[in-house]
Amino acid sequence: MPNYFPPNSNAFAKWLIWGGVVFTILLVTSLTVFARTFNNKVGVPVAQPVAFSHALHSGQMGIDCRYCHTSVEVAASANVPSTEVCMACHSQIRVGSPQLANVQQSWDTNTPIEWNRVYDVADYVYFNHSAHINKGMGCSECHGQMNRMEAVWKNEPMTMGWCLECHRNPASRVRPREEVFNMEYRRPENQAELGAVLVAEYNINLEKLPQCSTCHR
Amino acid sequence: MIKEAENKINNSTLDIAAVREKLSKSQGKAYWLGLEELSNTSEFQEFLNEEFPRQSVAYENSVDRRDFLKLLGASLALAGLTSCVRPVRPSEKIVPYVKAPEEMVPGRPLFFASAINQGGYAMGVIAESHQGRPTRVEGNPDHPASLGAMDVTTSASVLGLYDPDRSQTIVGGADFAAFATALQGAAGGSGFAILTETVTSPTLARQLAQVFEAYPQTRWYQYDQLHNDNTLEGSRLAFGEPVTTRYDFNQADVIISLGADFLGEGPARIRYTKDFSRRRKVLSAENTMSRLYVMESTPTITGAMADHRVTIRPSQIVAVAGYLAGELGVAGAEGALPENVNAELVEALLADLQAANGRSIVIPGDGEAPYVHALAHAMNSALGSVGTTVFYHENVEAQPVNHTEQIRALTAAISAGEVTSLLVLGANPLYTAPIDLNFAEAYSGITTFHVGQYFDETAARSTWHVPQTHYLETWSDARAFDGTVTIMQPLISPFYNGKSDHEILAALLGDAEATSFQIVQDTYTANVQGDFDDFWRQSVFAGVIAGTQAPLTEVTLASLPETPTLSSGEYEIQFKLDPSILDGRYANNGWLQEVPKPLTKIVWDNVAFIAPATAETLGVSNHDIVTLTVGENSVNAPVWIMPGQAANTVTVHLGFGRGENAGHTANGVGFNANVIRTSDTPWQTVGGVTRAAGRHKIVTTQIHWRYDSPSGENDTWADYKDSTTQRRHIIRHGTLAELQAEPEYPKFVHPVAEEASDLYPDFAYTSYKWGMVVDMTVCTGCNACVVACQSENNIPVVGKKQVAVGREMHWIRIDTYYGGDLDNPEFYMQPVACMHCEKAPCEPVCPVGATVHDNEGLNVMVYNRCVGTRYCSNNCPYKVRRYNFLQYAELTSTATELSLMQNPDVTVRSRGVMEKCSYCTQRIQQGYIRAENQGRKIADGEVVTACQSACPAEAIIFGDMNTEGSAISSHKGSVLNYALLGELNTVPRSTYLARLRNPNPGLVTGTEVQS
Repeated sequence: MPNYFPPNSNAFAKWLIWGGVVFTILLVTSLTVFARTFNNKVGVPVAQPVAFSHALHSGQMGIDCRYCHTSVEVAASANVPSTEVCMACHSQIRVGSPQLANVQQSWDTNTPIEWNRVYDVADYVYFNHSAHINKGMGCSECHGQMNRMEAVWKNEPMTMGWCLECHRNPASRVRPREEVFNMEYRRPENQAELGAVLVAEYNINLEKLPQCSTCHR
Repeated sequence: MIKEAENKINNSTLDIAAVREKLSKSQGKAYWLGLEELSNTSEFQEFLNEEFPRQSVAYENSVDRRDFLKLLGASLALAGLTSCVRPVRPSEKIVPYVKAPEEMVPGRPLFFASAINQGGYAMGVIAESHQGRPTRVEGNPDHPASLGAMDVTTSASVLGLYDPDRSQTIVGGADFAAFATALQGAAGGSGFAILTETVTSPTLARQLAQVFEAYPQTRWYQYDQLHNDNTLEGSRLAFGEPVTTRYDFNQADVIISLGADFLGEGPARIRYTKDFSRRRKVLSAENTMSRLYVMESTPTITGAMADHRVTIRPSQIVAVAGYLAGELGVAGAEGALPENVNAELVEALLADLQAANGRSIVIPGDGEAPYVHALAHAMNSALGSVGTTVFYHENVEAQPVNHTEQIRALTAAISAGEVTSLLVLGANPLYTAPIDLNFAEAYSGITTFHVGQYFDETAARSTWHVPQTHYLETWSDARAFDGTVTIMQPLISPFYNGKSDHEILAALLGDAEATSFQIVQDTYTANVQGDFDDFWRQSVFAGVIAGTQAPLTEVTLASLPETPTLSSGEYEIQFKLDPSILDGRYANNGWLQEVPKPLTKIVWDNVAFIAPATAETLGVSNHDIVTLTVGENSVNAPVWIMPGQAANTVTVHLGFGRGENAGHTANGVGFNANVIRTSDTPWQTVGGVTRAAGRHKIVTTQIHWRYDSPSGENDTWADYKDSTTQRRHIIRHGTLAELQAEPEYPKFVHPVAEEASDLYPDFAYTSYKWGMVVDMTVCTGCNACVVACQSENNIPVVGKKQVAVGREMHWIRIDTYYGGDLDNPEFYMQPVACMHCEKAPCEPVCPVGATVHDNEGLNVMVYNRCVGTRYCSNNCPYKVRRYNFLQYAELTSTATELSLMQNPDVTVRSRGVMEKCSYCTQRIQQGYIRAENQGRKIADGEVVTACQSACPAEAIIFGDMNTEGSAISSHKGSVLNYALLGELNTVPRSTYLARLRNPNPGLVTGTEVQS
């Protein structure tokens, strides 16, 4: 039987195998990096129909998050305020300002303002704000320092891996309840110890948190 | 291939003689699933052996090979492209309110009390609204007719709201103003009449009175197939006045049903099921049960619950009732027991009745002759039950009349020229009216104004048609069976500019601008003492007006009239309302068409029930066609051999055969039994039955999802000794006496020694441990859970063809098992959903980890991981997993109306995804978050699954098994508790309480063989 493959084809096959392994690793790594960073729009400010500044309202004037996001402590949705909430102040303050034109128009024509969504969890994820707020998870853990944002951007990758970092080890991020709405909060040096104490105090169910059924239905 | 398979099925016939022989050879009592299993038909074999039969045939209109390759090439190219770019989700908008409604928290539903009006009577509901979209209704615990439970029609009513086939435009003129003008013109002239369904609504009654004042010549007729004419006439016979009878099944020790399906029919059916079941709840030998005797000609869910069921022909009921009454000392009552009725059983029954000392009920069926009702009243009186278990109160209808007489009178009046214009409110008389009256012809000759939710048979031949509102769209009011008034509130503005009955009558009275809200309020402003706003808020909030229950009245028995003789003949034909779509008013509701009917599990069809013996005489088998003839009228109907049916008696269900006007779902489904229904004998008659040519494929899910023998041997009756059901002890049942004899460890619950062993250590469930118990003793098999689950969990409808190949999507199925004799079997109901096995066989076989266990014992499905290998379903011994072969959900959501109905808390599954019961995980999570936010644990009874909340029999118990003293703990601790297929060591979290019956100890066997 003649030799169809010359001896050097062994080396070729070897290189092919190793090359394939390296290629696959590189591909997976690069795709993951790509998915988590470049295309995830983290840190990209999103334009809105109204140039609402969280830095002004929350940071400078110190309006509490819950003045507008009323249901953040009681429901899944934090609630995006109705035009009426804007008008509660702006029927008196800076009436006629061109920046408020869209708000005024919404109020006058009874048409809602269409805000662009910044944080978008997948449809099969049933995220609940209240569960996080009541267990000592600060707003800024996900949303960043809203009090310094002129325009809002996504501060975290919002991937399932990122969710699980905390769901597997909530002690690394949990903070005292009274600090939940504090945008300037910094995790203390002894976060690991404090976290463990708070997890016990707030009765955070470590066994339940990483379960599929916690977020997916 | 489908054709081939169909031919195979069409050529298979059932050999009744062979079936009898098999049953006679059985050791002990035989358990069987139906004639298909006993005959071991090829279809049954296929369903038993193949998990998803005929799955290779996905599409009937599949693309040809050439197109397929083209598509394949294109999709491969596109697949290559998409893998290069991470699919970017389209940017979404957030659209808040301009002015947020009061109490509205986005994402959290609001609940409103209202009521569904069915045949004039109210059934209280709590409707769930997500941002203004009604998504679901549940029972109102404060309402006397519902007590928080549901039935199929009430659960499914929310689908009726979004039905894209609803009538959408005014026909006959330009707009509503033109309609109002025309209507006023007609009423102003002579010969104007109004035809309504049963009216209990105080507001509608008030408006009608105003109409008669404004237009004194106006006549009022009522016609509704749901109206119990015979009950009304029976009361007139017995007392001279149309009083209403109310029963308390919770206080009754002995119940005799003379053809009454009180658990499945009538405006109080849910309440009666609750009361009846509470009296029969047994957890240990210390509890007691009532005893139910049922005499009926066709098996109903009430008959299936009976401790003694006697099969009699419809015409024999007078003689049997007369005999019973005579023996109980009712003056003037007489009757001889027919030969086919076991005299010994009747003697025992009589002794039981007398021993009950007034704690007994004799209840006649709504379809039975008035004389039978009169006899029942006399018997209840003679037994001293009046005031204990039987109560009388004034009839709560605005005008209690015999509706058959009314439609007869209306037809006569039209023919005589006395009525020249007619306003029809909601009814569909052209479909439902008795055939002999020829109502359609009379109707077509006059000016007619039809108000209805569908452009139905009547609308199509009316001069005018106006879309009517659904009950969730309008203010109204109605009374429950006991007189309690509910103010019905709307949850959404009317679709398609629908008008309520109140607005129509207001327009007739000259105020076309009046709103239902104002009209309903006006009814109460005058009568309320104290602050009206308080009254209104309180009443609307609670869903009932306090203190409006009809007061009890004293009645005096008149002497009995002459005994009538019911016509009897070789074949008797009985008419019944369909258990799902009633008289056809819900025919276009896909949920109700697809829910397998109680006992037979037939979907998308109605059939003619005949007894096995009759089938032998006629030489027909299932799917064969027979011609039913009554007088000059006849109809062709497919045959279904029903074990337990009286011989030579055919039972047909109304509501089907709707022709072309019922809507896309209902058109062409079933046959129209109204065609042979006459005004003289609307519920039972004598007729002819002959075999006709052709066959009609009837689809039943009874043969789907069956268990195989452990030996793997396919012919379950191979050795003619026992079936899989027996061998694997699927059904476990006993009598109360047997339980009392062995109170600690009843043999019938544990027929074989059970030993559990496992290589692996058990997982410690330290927080919650969810579990479910289904009490087979009280489960009536009414399907309320099936439809409630469908509504809660966004389960799609798949259609008859898909069901035929075993692709129905219901997460819960109710298995019916027959026990014993072919001609008068016992019935056992077993609801089966995912068991949430602690050692679930489905989990290790999933290659992508899409079905996994959580720390509370839930077997969870992660839809977004599922790639559709179906290994899990393959490995599930209970066969409870359902696979989306086609894009069912999207198909139903192409109509935007229907997508509004989806529950936003549950994922809508796409094609290629496995799904199954999740123990309503969304409700558990919501309960968990609510409790944790308040810093406490979930309380017992706080998390209720959809099936549990709907169950009128309280047969489904769910909760945390780790909570001490919880309802679930006491049920799990019952001596009757057993695990289905427990020998597989799957440790299912759902278990069953063995079925208990309470037969008369004087009668040796449970159900006597009759007929």
